[in-house]
Amino acid sequence: MSLTVFGILRIRNLFAVVMLGSIFSLMAAAIFVILDAVDVAFTEASVGAGISTVLALGTIALTTDREKKPSHTKILPLIVVILTGAALIYGTLDLAHYGDPNAPAHRHVAPSYLKEGPEKTGIPNVVTSVLASYRGYDTLGEVTVIFTAGVGVILLLGNWRHIGRRREDEDA
Amino acid sequence: MAAVGLYNYWIVVFLMMAGFYIVIAHDNLVKKIVGLNIFQASVFVMYITFGKVQGGTAPIIADGVTTYSNPLPHVLILTAIVVGVATTALGLALVVRINEAYGTIEEDEIHDQDDDT
Repeated sequence: MSLTVFGILRIRNLFAVVMLGSIFSLMAAAIFVILDAVDVAFTEASVGAGISTVLALGTIALTTDREKKPSHTKILPLIVVILTGAALIYGTLDLAHYGDPNAPAHRHVAPSYLKEGPEKTGIPNVVTSVLASYRGYDTLGEVTVIFTAGVGVILLLGNWRHIGRRREDEDA
Repeated sequence: MAAVGLYNYWIVVFLMMAGFYIVIAHDNLVKKIVGLNIFQASVFVMYITFGKVQGGTAPIIADGVTTYSNPLPHVLILTAIVVGVATTALGLALVVRINEAYGTIEEDEIHDQDDDT
């Protein structure tokens, strides 16, 4: 995964960058399977590696697939990034270790969802029962977000702009 | 032992900073959005790492299984992935629109054109 990211950093052909981004998403999906998150892996593989790539390729087709040579030095961003990274590494030292069953995250409400979820909703997959039943309103909000994004894309790129312009021309 | 237990988080930090660097150091708008996606994916990996329980399986209730990974981070990240692709779509639409208006998707050239007018 890190190697792919280095590739994305260095390559200026945007087509290759988008393809590497797709590979990156697919590897993230594989990691999710290893970490027991099968539902998330499904979504990441279809949405991250699939739809995002198609959208990015469409954008490249409508614009250009070459990135210009950088015109200025990049010392300041590098310093900012290294400082932030060091702070984050320092922060990880206090985190619960990988797979620790006594981590605070696993001891609060998660056991009750695992126990009651299938009994109350009748769905053996706990992720589905929480997403669709317990947190159904959040999922409704998520649908609203996607709808808003879709409306935004149509407003930005839709054909009606040309119709409006033609009408202005006729008026003038 | 600490190095093994925290290895995942360090990979996450590296990926996050790589995405961050792409966003602030590159002028090309499409590449910035790819950088944002990398940043996002690193956060997803971090949350899923929180949810892993040693010896656990995927949180689908089955007979004969006693240990499950924590399902709550999975739910959060499912929502986050879908919202993420919605924002990506909107960002890319903005890039196309900027290209129509300015004829370029390099940020410094856009600034130059703005200064000229």
